[in-house]
Amino acid sequence: MQLLMFYGFGFFALFGAIGMVMSRQPVMSALLLIVNMFCLAGLYAQLDAHVIAALQLIVYAGAVMVLVLFVIMLLNLREKQGIVSKHQVALQAVGISALGFFVTAIIARLEPGKLPAAKEPAEGFGTMAAVGKLLFTDYLLPFEIASVLLLAAMVGAVILAKSKV
Amino acid sequence: MFDYTYLPEMNLIPYLAEMMVKIVFIFSMNMGVFAPLLGWVERKQSALMQDRIGANRADIFGFTVFGLLHTLTDAIKLLTKEDFIPRGADRTLHYLAPFIAVVPALVAFAVIPFGGQYELWGHKANLVIADLDVGMLYIFAVASVGTYGAVIAGWASNNNWSLLGGIRVGAQMLSYEVAMGLTLVGIFMVYGTLRMTEIGAAQENFFHWGIFLQPVGFFLFIACALAENKRTPFDIPEAESELIAGYFTEYSGLKFAMFWMAEFLEMVTISAVLVALFFGGWQIPFVSHQMLADFFGFLGPNLAQVVTMLIHVGVFWAKVCLWIFILMLIRWTLPRFRYDQVMKLGWKIILPLALINIAVTGAVILLVR
Repeated sequence: MQLLMFYGFGFFALFGAIGMVMSRQPVMSALLLIVNMFCLAGLYAQLDAHVIAALQLIVYAGAVMVLVLFVIMLLNLREKQGIVSKHQVALQAVGISALGFFVTAIIARLEPGKLPAAKEPAEGFGTMAAVGKLLFTDYLLPFEIASVLLLAAMVGAVILAKSKV
Repeated sequence: MFDYTYLPEMNLIPYLAEMMVKIVFIFSMNMGVFAPLLGWVERKQSALMQDRIGANRADIFGFTVFGLLHTLTDAIKLLTKEDFIPRGADRTLHYLAPFIAVVPALVAFAVIPFGGQYELWGHKANLVIADLDVGMLYIFAVASVGTYGAVIAGWASNNNWSLLGGIRVGAQMLSYEVAMGLTLVGIFMVYGTLRMTEIGAAQENFFHWGIFLQPVGFFLFIACALAENKRTPFDIPEAESELIAGYFTEYSGLKFAMFWMAEFLEMVTISAVLVALFFGGWQIPFVSHQMLADFFGFLGPNLAQVVTMLIHVGVFWAKVCLWIFILMLIRWTLPRFRYDQVMKLGWKIILPLALINIAVTGAVILLVR
């Protein structure tokens, strides 16, 4: 059952990712990226990382992609003849995938046992309480730095846009 | 988002049976009772509020049954209407959009408890379809996916009014999702959990209901929920006077009905969330689970639990119906906001107030404990 769901999510995640790159229509690309993110959330949920899965849906599939769609619709981008042909894109995609596969294979060959083995997750792994506790104790500094960074980006965007409005 | 780990320890058959019963119950409640009947309720209520007689024309041999037959005629009309796809529209997306709108509205109910836990013949029944640890986050996630139905519909129709409607949906949902999440943080802080069943159980004491512990959060949340529901006063995405019907201008027949249904189902879900978080869920004021079970103790322990369960479920749905009624009351009372007013309300009023609410809640919790 778990394996079946993994293959299902994995297949559709790949389908979404490849489709996104291949599609000529910006809106179609955005929608296929949403499919991909949705499936990634499914994979996270299967790994017991429920909070990450929910956040993936809320933040990426929900907010970020709505914004992307919003911009595409606002600029009214219809079908575009791409700068690169479909063949080129396909070749590049195959090339990159092959490279990734070979690098992984070489690492596995050279240093067997170095690839992290699957471990049993700790008690309460992936629950809201566990993630929250980690965020506010061990990872407090990175968490705060990230939020300050985001705030700076937001203020920067407002200032950049304000001079034009 | 389903916890497999505890499955092997349990007896699978009663577990699956319980699950099936719960899913069928919620599904039939939503699709069989609320989706068709809310249209009738809305008509009758608007007639009442506007001093009209209201839907009473459809009849079978002179019997109108309070206008209930209009529901039937509506269904027949929507089923037999021509399913129109405008020229130049993206056929696949145009077809897909209503489904994307209606499915999240249906599945969002999965984490809302419609009753407590009951020991029936040695089997522990927990009246919620999926008791998730992330609880409310799941509803936010599903709601944010539901936005795409309207956005895609607006895009795929190849109509400027639809497109404008779709863009407005995107902007409105995005703005209010942020605020809605923040308005509920206070509730999670007070109860110390996101799990809806635990929040429900914590409200057994009448004075621990969410409305008393988080009054500001309640009002902010109801405003955000109305905005997410896209109904008046927040119906700028489908403003008739400006955009014809907004994102579903180019929809007819059953697909139109699906958008309409999605809106009603969202209203049911919002009411259920309001009840579960702020109005004690299935709990009756001053009457605890134990008291009810003891009162019906003469029926034997199992039957007493069954009766208690039925009463709790009934109370939950009664509260939900009351809230649907109030939400409709708001709809028929307030005029539509302008686009800039909606944005201003979301970003400049609700968002800061929600942040202040979180800070104050945190300070109070620190002082009390």
